[in-house]
This record gives sequence, C-alpha cells and structure tokens, in this order.
Amino acid sequence: MHLPGRHRSSATEELQIVAPSKLAIENVSKSFRGASGSVLALDRVSLNVAEAEFVCLVGASGCGKTTLLNIIAGLEKPDSGLVLADGKPVTGPGRERLVMFQEPALFPWLTVLGNVLFGLKLKPNLTSKDRRDVASYYLELVGLSRFERANIHELSGGMKQRVSLARALAPNPRVLLMDEPFAALDALTREQLYGDIQRIWKARRKTIVFVTHNVREAACLGDRVLLFAPHPGRIHEEFTVDLPRPRDINSVDLAAYATRITKALKSLGQPEAAVTG
Amino acid sequence: MKRFLLAAIFFAALVLIWEILFRVKIWSPVLLPSPGQVVTYLESAAADGTLAKATVITMRRLLVGYVIGLIMGLPLGLLTARWKLFHDTIGTLALGLQTLPSVCWVPLALLWFGQTETAMLFVVVMGTLWSVVIATETGVRNVPPIYRRAALTMGSKRFHIWFKVILPAALPFIVSGMKQGWAFAWRSLMAAEIFVTILTGFGLGQLLHYGRELNAMEQVIGIMIVIVVIGLLADKIFFSPIEKFLHRRWGTSQA
Repeated sequence: MHLPGRHRSSATEELQIVAPSKLAIENVSKSFRGASGSVLALDRVSLNVAEAEFVCLVGASGCGKTTLLNIIAGLEKPDSGLVLADGKPVTGPGRERLVMFQEPALFPWLTVLGNVLFGLKLKPNLTSKDRRDVASYYLELVGLSRFERANIHELSGGMKQRVSLARALAPNPRVLLMDEPFAALDALTREQLYGDIQRIWKARRKTIVFVTHNVREAACLGDRVLLFAPHPGRIHEEFTVDLPRPRDINSVDLAAYATRITKALKSLGQPEAAVTG
Repeated sequence: MKRFLLAAIFFAALVLIWEILFRVKIWSPVLLPSPGQVVTYLESAAADGTLAKATVITMRRLLVGYVIGLIMGLPLGLLTARWKLFHDTIGTLALGLQTLPSVCWVPLALLWFGQTETAMLFVVVMGTLWSVVIATETGVRNVPPIYRRAALTMGSKRFHIWFKVILPAALPFIVSGMKQGWAFAWRSLMAAEIFVTILTGFGLGQLLHYGRELNAMEQVIGIMIVIVVIGLLADKIFFSPIEKFLHRRWGTSQA
C-alpha cells in the first residue's frame, strides 16, 4: 500500500521522538453489572495529563483505576464522558496509546524479537530491515539484546516485563499506559526497573499513565500522584511530587511523600490497600 | 545413542521370545508362524508389488479424507468458538458425534455410497472432522483474553487478530486435536477396509482380511506390523516435530 505523495519512512525516522500526547479525561463514568447489581466503577472522573507528564494512579483494588486506564486505551467504552488525546476523541484502541499489562501479555508462539516486531509489522511504510533495526534499538534500550532469539518461557519475570516494555515502545506511541506492570515482580527486580523506566521516559519523552497500588512506587515515578477512592471510583486527592530525577525508591524525601499519600489512603478506610514499598 | 541401543535391545528381545515360542511349539505353526515366515511373506509381498500398492491405496484414502476433515473442521471450530449460535448447534453436534466410535459410520457409508471410494472417504472424514472441530473450539476458547487486548492496542484488527493471535495461541490444542483426528481416521479406515471389499483398490485392511480368509497367519501378522509401522512413522515424521516445536516455544514439559 504505497500512498502517493507519502514517502517511506526509514528506521532513523521511525526512531525519532514523536510528540507526546496531551490527554483530557472529561466526566468519565462507567458502571459494571455484577451479581449484586450495578457497580459504579468510575463516577464523573475528570483529569488532564500534560505532554510527557508521568502520572500515577494509586488506590485500593476496585477503585476504578484500571478501568480508567482501559478507557484511555480505548479497550473499554465509558458510559458517559469523553477521553481526548490531543483534542481528538478516543474511539477505540490504537497504537498511539500502547498498554503494558500487569501479567506479561507476551505471545508465547513468538520469540522475544518476534514479540517486539508484532506491533511494528502493523505499521505501514517500513521495510523488514527497518523493523528489525527499530526492534533491536528497543531491545538494547531495555538491556535484552542478547535475548532476541529466546523463547518467552525462558525469561524471568523481570525480563518478560522488559520485553513487554520494548514491545510497547517499539511502535513509538505518544502515550504509554502501564497497568501495575511491576506488581508481580520481586523487590530487587522492581528497583532496577524503576531506574530503567525513568531513564527510558527521559530518553523517549512519552506521556505515561501508570496504575499501581504501591504508594512508594507511585511517589518514585510520578510527577503527580492521583489517589483514587472506591465506591464509586473517583479521584480523592492529588499530590505533586517535587523531587529531582532520577529518584531513588529508598530515599528519605521520597519516603516523606509516600507517608503523606499513605495517610490519605488510610483515611479512606481501606485496610486492604497495600502500602508497603 | 544409549536410548536407541536400549530400544533396539528391547525389540530384539521381543522377536527372540516370539522365535522361542514358535520353536517350543505350544501353538500350531498355522496359528503362530515364525518371525522368519513373516519376513518371507513381507519380502514376497514387497517384491510382487502388492504391499506397495495396498499401502499407496490406503494412504491415499487416509490422507485425502484427513485433509478434507481438517479443511472442514478448522473453520467449523472457529465458528463454534466465535458465535453462540454455532456453539449451541454445530458444537453440540460435534460433541455428540465425537463420542460415536468412527467405525459406526461404516454401515451408513455403505448404504449411502455403496462399495465405493466415496464410502471410504466418508468414514475417514467423519473420523477426523469432529475431533478437529472440538479441539479448535477448545483451543480458541482457552486463549487468554489479554492476548487479544494486547494485539488490539498494537493496531491489530479482526482478521489479523484471528490469524496472527488467536490461531497461533490455540495451536497446542489444535495440534492435539489433529493428532486425535488422525488416530480416529486411521482406525476407522482399517475397520472399513477389513469389512468391505472395494473393487477400485485393495488397501492394507483388505490384505489383512484375505490373510484371514486364506488362513495365512504370516500375512495377517505381516500386515499388522506394516500398519503399526505406518502409524509410528506418521507420528515421528509429522506430529513429533510439531510437538517438539510447541514444547520448545511454549515451554511445556517435554515428553
């Protein structure tokens, strides 16, 4: 499919930094029908995310933060309200806004390289060599160049999430949506990934919406931390984390932020929320 | 190499026991021929071409029917997995007919199609089809929804998702269904060939049948061995490499 007046983009062009999106979430409501009637997962939630901003959504399970992420991704439709990406309404999923899921949604029938190439193959105007170059670049970025021929089951949990990250970055989205991507990992691996994600965010300039139930993680990564309250799901409080980057998860300043957020979270009366680092 | 040697010793021992049983003459040599007699029969059958001809006829029936069964079964399985209506109708039918031993199709096929190749083909297709339908449906239903969601965000759409995500993800199930379908087809074809003489060609089952009619036990045993070897070869040449690939990629335990 060669469109007239539109030249083929090269790997170098493909690797250029695209402008990150500005997101506007306006009065989004969503309810689910469950066994015990209808549950209001999101109640008129409004939120603006600036270009290249890193926003963390924290809250107990069932407060609608993952639902909001899915709505921003276009994987779910809100009952009412609107999501705008750069002023245009989001009507469905698309590669401008890629999602990194909690469980690695990597495809076991493909190798590491095959997984990273999956999204690239859906981009027109690229030769297979360009795609390979782009995929190699991102595997290098997440530190897995040596494993491009590996099968998915041969990787550790942390490596799987690195591949997921490379796969999500490869089509060069404007927004990265991360749904508790590190929740299933051990503390040491997580700490490494906090460093990596900050470095990559700086290098690739993405707008990131990051869902977590780990307060310390949110304070470590986010420019802003939005605390969600459940029943119905809504934004309860907003914290701006004003700390220099790269941030260390174990720093004292960060702990102070985490304590403040945790206090607010506890005041909501949800003992089930994980507040440990 | 060690494994191969052990297996070789095992089969040599089997033949040896057979030979000893023959020599001590517990049973009449008419009922239990020696390994040598069976080999002599196989050699002569190979030399005059009967064996090759019968094998070709049987394999042609089997392969044509099997491929038809696959071509019909895969899309039907996808339909039953995708739409409730097909699941409730064709899915239920497949589930029911899969429990029917496929040799039960032989009388029906004979009445419908007479002593023709079509009857043979019909039996093989029925043996293959329902296993493949059910395996495909099960496979597709077991694909984690997150694969689809991940693919959607990367810009994958309907057909692309079906061919590049759902089908590959369901592959382990589909392959085991194909294997089961193969086994069913092979068994039902043998049964059909033993029961029915079809003038358009004598397959291995018919050779077996004539062995019985002529009281030629060395022929019966010889053909049985050929049938076993074909089954083994099909597994080693066709299914085993696919299963090895699946084990390697998916990381499931290697048999």
